[in-house]
Amino acid sequence: MRSLYISLVSEFYKSRKTLAFWAAILLPVVICSLVSFGFYANSDKILKMGYPGLLLWAHYSGATLNVMGMLIMPFYVIFMAFSVNNIEHKNDTWKTLFAQPLNKFSIYAAKYLYAVLLIFICLALFAALTYGLGHLLQASVPKYTFNEYNPSTILFNSYAKLFLSSLGILSLQFILSLVWGDFLKPMGIGFVGTIMGIVTASLNWQYAYLIPYSLPTLALRITKVKSGGDPLAFDIFTKEVYTSLIYAAVLFVIGYLIVSKKSIK
Amino acid sequence: MSNFAIETVGLNYNFGNQTVVKDLLLQVPKGSIYGFLGPNGAGKTTTIKILLNLLQSPADQVFIFGKEINSNRIATLRRVGALVEQPAIYGHLTGKENLINRCILLGIKKSKADEMLALVGLSEAANKKSGKYSLGMKQRLGIALALISDPELLLLDEPTNGLDPNGIIEVRNLMIDLASKHNKTILVSSHLLAEIERTATHVGIINKGQLLFQGTINELHLLSKPMLEIEIDDIVNAAILIADSGYEIIEQTDRKIIVPFTSPEDSGILNTLLIKNGFTVSSLYKQRKDLENLFLDITKNN
Repeated sequence: MRSLYISLVSEFYKSRKTLAFWAAILLPVVICSLVSFGFYANSDKILKMGYPGLLLWAHYSGATLNVMGMLIMPFYVIFMAFSVNNIEHKNDTWKTLFAQPLNKFSIYAAKYLYAVLLIFICLALFAALTYGLGHLLQASVPKYTFNEYNPSTILFNSYAKLFLSSLGILSLQFILSLVWGDFLKPMGIGFVGTIMGIVTASLNWQYAYLIPYSLPTLALRITKVKSGGDPLAFDIFTKEVYTSLIYAAVLFVIGYLIVSKKSIK
Repeated sequence: MSNFAIETVGLNYNFGNQTVVKDLLLQVPKGSIYGFLGPNGAGKTTTIKILLNLLQSPADQVFIFGKEINSNRIATLRRVGALVEQPAIYGHLTGKENLINRCILLGIKKSKADEMLALVGLSEAANKKSGKYSLGMKQRLGIALALISDPELLLLDEPTNGLDPNGIIEVRNLMIDLASKHNKTILVSSHLLAEIERTATHVGIINKGQLLFQGTINELHLLSKPMLEIEIDDIVNAAILIADSGYEIIEQTDRKIIVPFTSPEDSGILNTLLIKNGFTVSSLYKQRKDLENLFLDITKNN
């Protein structure tokens, strides 16, 4: 446990000045600010629609969630998996990392956990900023109806689903980035996978849920459909989330087996 | 308890079909500076990586401080510091941050970082991004990283690579200091014998994965027999006379004849003999075949 903890602290120390770390913070800040600014600048038009609180929140948070879930989320996860491993490939530091008196599992698990943590921070910030900026909008445009409805449950559930459904992609990309030191192979495969995921998910192919890349889209789609009705009724643990978690667990173990057998040349 | 810091027993290692290390019997005594010599591609770096368990060795072939490496990986690595090939440094971090990161991983005090920077003369560049360091500075930082845990055994793979003459002398003195005052064992690899000769107490010469010589530096010196070089006129007839008088001619050029050196008296007798027979001896001196040539010979014959 101790070596896992120090490996994790070291991961943070190493990456705190890199884009990978700051992306986790900048991405939600930029996107949420843009959406909120849109709602602020176009308040006249939106107010004409006369949305009740629930629908206003659904439109407002949906604007962020749809962009995020469809496109940015898979790429963000692919990028995280890449950059956590690339920091060692780029500097040729695998050999020193594995020559430290730490067990190999800790080194591997800390890297994986760190990527999970960054994605978690990113999504938690999305949820928190959506909530916070929504209330800020209410304060600056008093005619809005944000205060009529408390969106915390729906926000929590949506982002929790997005988070869990993206872990499958993370594990898969993590292995690709671990094995290949270059940018193109994991990114290329990730790109093709993501496109495939989007296409199969939007075509409603019945086995789309078996492709890890389509899981965030699928997980969010159900949220969207049901949020028209009773938004609180949807489950976090649906088929997509379970599939994602199974992928994540199996690939995590395979990744470790690769690391433990890997000779550092 | 074994007296060896490192001991390998019939160590073999292959990359696919290619044998990189063959039946290696390495014995590095505690407290020694062991010069691990060999031309490029001889298997030095591979051996060092095996000693760090970065490459998996077969069971019961590698022992560090008497303990089998595969079954004692973490305990062993705790006692070892290493610099493998070009130093592994995070280019986006400063020199000091690189050292602090290592302190975090090893669970030691962060103040060690400043101490090490001072030791390798990088205090002024402590807050500069290490990606912008010169090759020599990177090498120093690599040495600092290897030393920071105060390990009993240091594995240094070509540590003076890229250093200027001053830097080379500093590293040399640092190694002598560490071994003599702090009782560390150092295995230092190089392809330059001259560099090893000044610091090493023990030498191992490896070529094509095989150990060709292993022993103390004096034992290596003994291998190189002294010669007597005679510069003389009329080489051809002189050679006939020398051979007829029972001397073995090792080498003959158009300017000089080389025979084995036995003693100063014998040299005198030979000189007298030549002069009495009317030859003009312009010089006659004892020459020890230098280690560089010996090293070339040893590795060439393999």
